[in-house]
Amino acid sequence: MRRSNHPNYSTHIFGKNKLVISPWLFLIPGIIFFLIYVIVPIFQSIWVSFYEWDGLGQAEWVGLANYVELLDDEYFYTSLKNNFIWLVLYLLAVPLGLFIALFLNQVVFGIRFYKSLFFFPFVISQVVVGLIFSWFYNPNFGLLSQIFTSLGLEPIAILSDENLVTYGIIFAGLWPQVAYCMILYLTGLSNVSQDLMEAARLDGAKGWRMLWYVVLPQLRPATFISVVVTIIGALRSFDMVAIMTEGGPYGSSNVLAYYMFETALSEYGFRLGYGSAIATVLFFIMLIYITYFLWRLYKNEKEA
Amino acid sequence: MYNYIKVTVLGFLSVLFLSTASFSADLVITFDDLNPGPKAAFENAIAQFQKENPDINVIANNGDREEHKAAIRNFLIADAPDVTSWYPGNRMRPFVKAGLFEDVSDVWDANGFHEDLAAVKPTMTIAGRQWGVPYSYYQWGVYYRKDIFDKLGLFEPNTWVQFKYICDTLKKNDITPITIGTKYLWTAAGVFDYINLRTNGYKVHNDLTAGKIKYTDPRIKKTFEYWAELVNAGYFLENHASMSWQDAVVPFANGEAAMYVMGNFSVDAYKNAGLTYDQIDFFPFPEITKGVPRAEEAPADAFFIPTNAKNKSDAKKWLAFVARADVQTEWNKTIGQLPINSKASVSDDKFIQQGFETLNTAAGLAQFYDRDAVAEMAAAGMEGFQEFMMKPDRLDKILKRLDKIQAKVYK
Repeated sequence: MRRSNHPNYSTHIFGKNKLVISPWLFLIPGIIFFLIYVIVPIFQSIWVSFYEWDGLGQAEWVGLANYVELLDDEYFYTSLKNNFIWLVLYLLAVPLGLFIALFLNQVVFGIRFYKSLFFFPFVISQVVVGLIFSWFYNPNFGLLSQIFTSLGLEPIAILSDENLVTYGIIFAGLWPQVAYCMILYLTGLSNVSQDLMEAARLDGAKGWRMLWYVVLPQLRPATFISVVVTIIGALRSFDMVAIMTEGGPYGSSNVLAYYMFETALSEYGFRLGYGSAIATVLFFIMLIYITYFLWRLYKNEKEA
Repeated sequence: MYNYIKVTVLGFLSVLFLSTASFSADLVITFDDLNPGPKAAFENAIAQFQKENPDINVIANNGDREEHKAAIRNFLIADAPDVTSWYPGNRMRPFVKAGLFEDVSDVWDANGFHEDLAAVKPTMTIAGRQWGVPYSYYQWGVYYRKDIFDKLGLFEPNTWVQFKYICDTLKKNDITPITIGTKYLWTAAGVFDYINLRTNGYKVHNDLTAGKIKYTDPRIKKTFEYWAELVNAGYFLENHASMSWQDAVVPFANGEAAMYVMGNFSVDAYKNAGLTYDQIDFFPFPEITKGVPRAEEAPADAFFIPTNAKNKSDAKKWLAFVARADVQTEWNKTIGQLPINSKASVSDDKFIQQGFETLNTAAGLAQFYDRDAVAEMAAAGMEGFQEFMMKPDRLDKILKRLDKIQAKVYK
């Protein structure tokens, strides 16, 4: 620091507080956009949820009526339940991604090619994934029904069976999500310390013990990101549902995000207040999860 | 550098000029059908209108139907064209109520439309005023495979008993009697509407969709009883919930299914699937309750003037133009639908002729469940119909749920 040698520095306010101000200067554009596109809409949407409004006429203040109505809405509970199923099953993407990453983390001829094949589903659009799987499941010409028929079984129309449809969509959603987790783990694996591995090997660790006590702890950042991304992905699962079933048959594959869209913005409903109430509920569910994970991150960092 | 800036500024100004310059003689018309037939019909009409009105500068925009549905709420408020296509009945109601559509009763008065367009006047009317002008409609009914009927010695049915006999015969011959794809729900509403219209008649249909009759009403339950006869006997295509209406054409085309409760727009799809006119034919949905006057589904398409339009006087000229007999004749010949103007002539296509006959002799014209009922009710109702077709034993639960939603929507 040679600050005092420079005559101009001490006279400017900026100069005096350079270290305090400059990070904020760099942050300002980001903060402005974050405020306009994220923070303000959150409060707006919570605000709208206290109104009955069709987007055209006068909004009418109804207090908590939209939330009271939610409590008595079968479709809401179906969506909530499906969101929960999504949350639990979607997390399978994390161990599956890890498994594939471990499998691909070897030096064989053409491994890059295989890696890119596994990564492919994440590169293509969710819409395309949804379309591919709806054809795959199609009871008339789909591959799945062909397999069933060749085994002498009656083909199942997965996407029109109220009990199977959500699982069918989640399975389709897992395909790109596993690829995503895999790539996170692959980068993580390339950073695993060879010294530690060597040391562990000398101490006689191998197989599962090696994986569990030596490799996995070093992969913790990758695991953390995978879990967070997967949970957020599960809660905002919208595109797959929209493409594959539109929430059908009769609303049984609906999730909160799509139900919100359906009530507030689709062809048959412009209840912006009610839709906002659903959005608010979804927002708080997400908030709880994200806060929990941020808190854990913070705790881990402090311990480390 | 200076030149570059100058060019940019000039370019910017000219764009600004072009986009905002709206002389009084500009007429912006927005349409929503890119399918080859409708697109051609619209463009022809525009060309003719332009020729008849050389002083008006017509700017025609044609876009995708679903995008149009999504965009209309915005453009009616923010950047309204002078004329837009839209649908009558409850589809226009929110815009009329919000004051976004112009009252065009004077166009009706001045051109004698009250008589010429009488067929759809009720659905264009809210609070005793007319809010748009219709240019086309089409019939619904049962399309069937005539070759299959002939082979099995079957005839077009007039009564419910005959209809069920046909279904039974087809089923025994391993042919699915009725094909349907309910993935997008509205097809099931067509079947419901017809069974309801034939069981209870036009007034009950209107009262139900207007929220005056409950879904648990004994009359509506009766409708579902008839419907259940078809469902429980397995007369509908299996796996219908995973198919769109186009998917359901496939078994119809390859002879695995023999009947289709549909609108006339589907004829194109049959032809594209390889069926010839000798193989397909049409009959009106058969009678169920004896003596109930025959009402039909006949959804109409129309043009409206947004309240925020800039050139309303020329817009009204366009409205008067599209309802004219000769214009409707040409337009509907091109798109294969029926003109609404009673003075217009009808194409000699066999389905159009039958549709004309069917609608002209009908006691009442319904728009369709999802246009007659309020949007939210329609959404829930159609899901209920689909659920009923898959799980008929849940009927009571479904009807109670619909009652609950009805009470909320029509408060």
